[in-house]
Amino acid sequence: MSDFIVSLIDVEKSFGKNRVVKKMNVEIKQGEFLTLLGPSGCGKTTTLRMIAGFEEASSGTIMVQGVSIEDKEPFERDVNTVFQNYALFPHMNVFDNIAYALKIKKKSKDEIARRVNEMLELVQLKGYEKRKPDELSGGQKQRVAIARALINNPKVLLLDEPLGALDLKLRKQMQVELKRLQKKLEITFVYVTHDQEEALTMSDRIAIMNEGVIEQLASPREIYERPQTKFVAGFIGESNIFDGKVIGVQDEILVVETTAGTIKVNGDGFEIGERIHVSIRPEYIELSQEPIEGFDLKGKIQDFIYMGTVIKTSIELKDKKEIKYSRFEKEDYFNEGDSINIGWNPERAVAIKAN
Amino acid sequence: MIQRNSFKRKTLPALAMAGPVSIWMILFVTLPMLYIIYISFMSRGVFGDVVYTFSLDSYNTLLDSTYFKVIVKSIKAASLTTLLCLLIGYPFAYYIANKPKEVASKLIMLIMIPFWTNSLMRLNSWLLLFQTSGPINKFLLFTGVTDTPLNFVYTNGLVMVGLITSMLPFAVLPMYSSIEKLSKSLLEASADLGASKRTTFFKITLPLTFPGIFSSIILVFIPSLGMYYVTDMLGGGKVLYIGNIIKNQFGAIRNWPLGAALSVLLILITGLLIFIYTRFAKIEDMEVV
Repeated sequence: MSDFIVSLIDVEKSFGKNRVVKKMNVEIKQGEFLTLLGPSGCGKTTTLRMIAGFEEASSGTIMVQGVSIEDKEPFERDVNTVFQNYALFPHMNVFDNIAYALKIKKKSKDEIARRVNEMLELVQLKGYEKRKPDELSGGQKQRVAIARALINNPKVLLLDEPLGALDLKLRKQMQVELKRLQKKLEITFVYVTHDQEEALTMSDRIAIMNEGVIEQLASPREIYERPQTKFVAGFIGESNIFDGKVIGVQDEILVVETTAGTIKVNGDGFEIGERIHVSIRPEYIELSQEPIEGFDLKGKIQDFIYMGTVIKTSIELKDKKEIKYSRFEKEDYFNEGDSINIGWNPERAVAIKAN
Repeated sequence: MIQRNSFKRKTLPALAMAGPVSIWMILFVTLPMLYIIYISFMSRGVFGDVVYTFSLDSYNTLLDSTYFKVIVKSIKAASLTTLLCLLIGYPFAYYIANKPKEVASKLIMLIMIPFWTNSLMRLNSWLLLFQTSGPINKFLLFTGVTDTPLNFVYTNGLVMVGLITSMLPFAVLPMYSSIEKLSKSLLEASADLGASKRTTFFKITLPLTFPGIFSSIILVFIPSLGMYYVTDMLGGGKVLYIGNIIKNQFGAIRNWPLGAALSVLLILITGLLIFIYTRFAKIEDMEVV
């Protein structure tokens, strides 16, 4: 048996001619919180539905605890799902919704009552047993859905944008609660979302998906600080991405020529003449009236936007491209319209292979 | 001032919209119905006229074994029609509802097309199909299922075929719309929680489509209880239901009070069903979007 609780091996899914998931390989560790993150239509929900058994993979193998589950119907799998729209049974009250799985297993009345009570306590919904789903708020429905999915003690809990319908404040609160719940129960969570902030705060690892392919699978920190593809760099947070060509290499520092000027970046395994993307976060950009060593990048300050905690600035470069810059406070020696030298610590920038 | 404004703004348009219909309903539904109830308590004259003296004769006659038997028989036949329509209609509605939209609308069309042809023509074609020298008997003789032609015409069985085929669309459409409304994710959730397809059907699909089923019951049971032309044509006067008797009382036999009393009975049964329906229909509020 492998150490991985869920493995997807060369999994593909097509609807007609449309290839939604392409050659997907993921190994999910026991007890981990893995998020599939990507724009809508990237195949993340389809991937989740294949693990749940609602969709059949067109090719490839999905294993749960080292056993292929292709031939197992959804009700035979040791995974449970929390649906995007909750999918609570409207004709049953909270108790019956949560008890559903146990009633089907024909457990004794006492055991059902005991387990449902445990679940109600877990999601803090004691006293709501008799309510019908349409008498609950969005957050309460969400808790019922989670309790209902957890009562079977699944090995893996699949969550399909579970917080998508909640308002911002409640969403933040539920994020914390879900994470706490996951740690407490030590269940593997596979979580689908298009909200990057949600993914960054909750996940142990994030798989960034785009057009049916995993672009990068890594910890939130690594995803944010070391994006491996141009897509990831652009998708997560704000980024300035330069396209250019390596014109010099010295001690892991690359000198890159772009249409806006010459810049520097730390990078390994690049050769002179190679096409490259350089990604730099707005908060790492430095501005100076003096020339910055190794950089030949100039721009004109367009505007300052005051956003409370940060000041944002956009700077127009020589090639008319605009880059974003942000700081906690306005450096008062710059004004709109000023021409300025731009640079950064090459270690803060990320070199991405162009393909 | 304010009152006049709101009269102009709200009451007048409401009257303009609902007024004609209300007048129509009062003139052609409510008044005739009251008149029917009225003459059901009158007596029959020697020449088949209505004598306007109060009497409970008609209602007493209803309890008479002959009529009572017909009433029971009619209710049984209507119930059987309803049951068979549900048994045939539900799987069909379920099948259509699970097809993609374009296919579904074509299939719905298929049940509607026979509806556009004249019902007398449709009933006559059943007679042609089932008559002694008709294609069905010819086929049975040819395949050796029977040696002598079978008699289908003017039997309870053929009347039932006629009733079911006339009523089936009314059964399918409401059930289709409630099955179609049922959210797929509920079925997936049920499967996810360990239910087999069968369990999901009985625990989720059936209870949640119950409002549709009940609409179908109302839409099939009430018309088939009063239906007379199907029995007339396919039963050839040998099969009598309550509708035929009412028709005969108002027509050939000319006992209007008795016909009226039978009609009142039909109205009462209908009213009772609709009352039960409004009780059940509250379930519909719970239907998930």
